[in-house]
Amino acid sequence: MPDWLIQLLITLLKAVLVAFALLTTFAYMTLVERRLLARMQIRLGPNRVGPMGLLQPLADAIKSIFKEDVNVTLADRLVYTLAPIVAIGMALSAFGGIPAGPAGSLFGADPWVYNFDAGVLALLAITSMGVYGIFLGGWASGSKYPILGGLRSSAQMISYELGMGLSLLGLLMLVGSTNFRVIVEWQSLAGWMILFQSLGFALFLISSFAETNRTPFDLPEAEQELVAGYLTEYSAIKWALFQMAEYVNMITASAVMSTLFFGGYRGPVFLDRFIPGISGWPIIWLVVKIALFLFLFIWVRATLPRLRYDQLMRFGWKLVLPAALINTVMTAAYLAFRGSLGLWPLAVLSLIGLVLLLVLGDRVRGLWSTSSVKRPIERPSPARPVGGD
Amino acid sequence: MLLVALGIGVLAVVVSAILGPKKATRIKLMAYESGNDPEGGGVGTGQRFPVHFYLVAMLFIVFDIETAFFYPLAVAYQKLIPFAFFEAITFVALLLVGYFYILKKGVLEWN
Repeated sequence: MPDWLIQLLITLLKAVLVAFALLTTFAYMTLVERRLLARMQIRLGPNRVGPMGLLQPLADAIKSIFKEDVNVTLADRLVYTLAPIVAIGMALSAFGGIPAGPAGSLFGADPWVYNFDAGVLALLAITSMGVYGIFLGGWASGSKYPILGGLRSSAQMISYELGMGLSLLGLLMLVGSTNFRVIVEWQSLAGWMILFQSLGFALFLISSFAETNRTPFDLPEAEQELVAGYLTEYSAIKWALFQMAEYVNMITASAVMSTLFFGGYRGPVFLDRFIPGISGWPIIWLVVKIALFLFLFIWVRATLPRLRYDQLMRFGWKLVLPAALINTVMTAAYLAFRGSLGLWPLAVLSLIGLVLLLVLGDRVRGLWSTSSVKRPIERPSPARPVGGD
Repeated sequence: MLLVALGIGVLAVVVSAILGPKKATRIKLMAYESGNDPEGGGVGTGQRFPVHFYLVAMLFIVFDIETAFFYPLAVAYQKLIPFAFFEAITFVALLLVGYFYILKKGVLEWN
């Protein structure tokens, strides 16, 4: 066999492997999420199907495949069918660029599917393609609720995409490359990026919660308010594909956060003193970090109430976007005028920025939580006679 | 990767279409609207939605292009300082003028 064919086959194999790993993780994420939410609300969660409920995802999958696939009369058939496929396709392929270890550490092969020099850009591009799936799904359903839900969802996602892109600029200035591997290696030398870019990380975290439509930003799926948003008219496997895309996006966001800000596939170096070489164990560290972030996603879902839609949009445009710009300018100014100082003053600066953001949170909230509509002053209603009318 | 991912989506839809029951009735295929046929429903019947979404999309395009201009600058930044800093500041300042304009115009207000 020629050399390029072998390479192609290996890449294909890795792609299939990553896709199935993601789908399995998605399936068990649903179970883990239900169990953990239950634990947080002092109850048990699904524990009937299989030991500890371990077969529950399988049962759900089988059910959704054998359900009737309803095609609504008003729907645009082609787009209606294509939209979930686009959503899941983009969600799955976004993950392929994340490196899970140094070159050649996957039984002699490279532990990533593709590795562009513009890795960060490719990732942002692919995830924003996912917006098409959601909006077209809402539009193609042909009735009012899905269109509204799709519009809301896409407006939210594109707004927070800005914050996402801008909050990474400080990081890119420090590293000087958009390649994931270079970023990870830079961190193993200089220390984790979270130290120098804590403000940037906080903004990126918020944006990725909004990007993946998770609580507290899950308005498009607010069951009590908009039926089910863009999902209203979907059933069976198409519905499941949208859910899958959401969860896979969540996993990707966790992986990106741990790669960019938490040292990726490298563990903390100080542990090497206890067990030599532990910080270099392949894949394990990445999986651990992803798991921690997924837990954070679930924890936040169990804890926080949801924002109102106008608050959500104001929050994105009036707080996240300017704060990301400030972070960028701050990093740029420090790098330009640092003289011979190391990076540590920048860490302190960034932390001060984060603390300021938190402390001023109540003041800043005036920007995004007040409604511009003047409510008429409520007058106390005249007392009713006791005993009713 | 993209091919594999799209392939999985197509596969799932096809398998489900083959395996699932197909007993469509008129009632079942109706749009979700409290049991009535929705007024003016259907794709391309010109439903209206708030102009806010349009504005947000326009702003997104503007600011996303800004981000696109920023990426090369950020990557090459360490080689270009301190000159690049003033360039960046000028660019950001110009954008901030636009930003404060839309802020004062109340484009970012939703109600």
